[in-house]
Amino acid sequence: MAKTIVPIGPYHPLQEEPEFFSLTVEGEKVVDIDVRIGYNHRGIEKLSERKSFDNSTFVIERICGICSTSHPFAYTRAVEDIIPVEVPLRAKYIRTIIAEGERVHSHLLWLGLAGHFLGYNTVFMWAWKLREEILDVMEILSGNRNNYAMFKPGGVRRDIKAEDIPICIKKIDSIVPTLTMLKKAVIDDPVLHARTKGIGILTKEESINFCALGPTSRASGVARDVRKDSPYGAYDEVEWAMITTQNGDVFDKAVVRILEMFEAIKIMKQCLLNLPEGEIDLNIKDIPPGEGIGHIEAPRGETFHYVRSDGTNRPVRHKVRAPTFMNLPTFKATVVGETISDATIILAAIDPCYCCTERMAVRDTKGKKMYNGEDLVRLSQARTEKLKQKMGA
Amino acid sequence: MTRDQILTDIRQRFADDIIDVFEKSEKRVYVAIKPEAIKNMAGYIFKDLGARFNIASGVDLRDHHMEILYHFTIEEINLLISLRVTLPKDNLVIDSIASLFEGGNWIEREIHEMLGITFTGHPDMRRLLLADDWPEDVYPLRCDYKEWDKKAIRDRGV
Repeated sequence: MAKTIVPIGPYHPLQEEPEFFSLTVEGEKVVDIDVRIGYNHRGIEKLSERKSFDNSTFVIERICGICSTSHPFAYTRAVEDIIPVEVPLRAKYIRTIIAEGERVHSHLLWLGLAGHFLGYNTVFMWAWKLREEILDVMEILSGNRNNYAMFKPGGVRRDIKAEDIPICIKKIDSIVPTLTMLKKAVIDDPVLHARTKGIGILTKEESINFCALGPTSRASGVARDVRKDSPYGAYDEVEWAMITTQNGDVFDKAVVRILEMFEAIKIMKQCLLNLPEGEIDLNIKDIPPGEGIGHIEAPRGETFHYVRSDGTNRPVRHKVRAPTFMNLPTFKATVVGETISDATIILAAIDPCYCCTERMAVRDTKGKKMYNGEDLVRLSQARTEKLKQKMGA
Repeated sequence: MTRDQILTDIRQRFADDIIDVFEKSEKRVYVAIKPEAIKNMAGYIFKDLGARFNIASGVDLRDHHMEILYHFTIEEINLLISLRVTLPKDNLVIDSIASLFEGGNWIEREIHEMLGITFTGHPDMRRLLLADDWPEDVYPLRCDYKEWDKKAIRDRGV
């Protein structure tokens, strides 16, 4: 059978970032995939070398709009590792609260998008409505819905007021019933089972080989979580469980993320209720020569920062490694062998800061058919419809 | 194995390849090694000790040398081992570790285009991040990097 190349990307209005996938298909089946990134390369590592240690925090906060806390968190920990110092306990708790709030809203955002790709726009509406509640909490705590600017080397910039805590806890509690309903709707739905179970499987061996991170690896039964393995912040002071599942398919990745939201809410509540008194900042003045590593568990996996100082007020080298950098290559193992209508959801399943299904065109050898990005989503949605009718749902 | 056992084990097994072991703290150990030993050591740490490869980071040292750090985490004992390799600027060649595990593939492509270090035995040395119209021999993360495009606004010395 003739091979056809389906280019996906680099731009699509549905998604926030550009990447380019070229799928080689034989009929419906994907036989090869090639990924090109770099359309959004802004040279932040180079830029960071020109900023002072304090200013860098703001620059790297803008690496990602969704997980805008994970990069400053890893960076400040890297700078603190150079000296080395431990931040005050209250600052650790505040950092944990912000990081977990971010995890909830990031997973909700993913759940909504995944629902949309599968033709479940109700899931999309519900998830994004819930996300607003958690963004409100973040606004109360930090003053911003995103890009919180809470972190600085040595502590946090802003304290949490005692009178805000009951309001936040009430808001957090209010989303739990809806979240439970959403969990049931997703986990028990027979059509969703048919669409996502056994699709895009990442085996345990492949996951280790690709060094996959976060929910992508935990869904394959690899119990790796920086919060448990190398506790930072207040994660060793509160009670929570690491979520792992065994199958590594799209369904399991969704389950890991949904259950993780409940854990994140648990952590947030415990931290808010047991917030210790004390200083929130060490007022670090000088960074000595040396090197430091900071790694934390972001919503998508481990974020890794390496900072080297030569004793001046600027870093000599600042290496940033976002989790998607390690998760994206796993497409080679998951997409190949699946059908083209499943490709969208498999590509979305690792929660890539994923973008762009626009400028997608099926060019077969006779040049008759042209699909664009929306057609692919429609193809995926139509398949769910067919399944629904077949199963009488 | 405990943390000390693992470190003694590495020290004995690779006695000829290790130049220096610097134990910065309980969680961080930097091991300076000879460049030709990277494949053996990375393979041993990844496969036999069951470590996870975090990432590699390259630095231009400003003294006619470049350095690559390969970071590995051994989760059971909460230890981050960084293998330090120093290469002279007139011979920037090192063995690729991409054949040992897939996780090393992309980062070597990135270091290659950013610092100009060649990884021998890498399966696919295409560009990863830089644009197609970026000149062949300009490496943005080197310390002697000069703006090559007179029309560009990216390098105004902000």
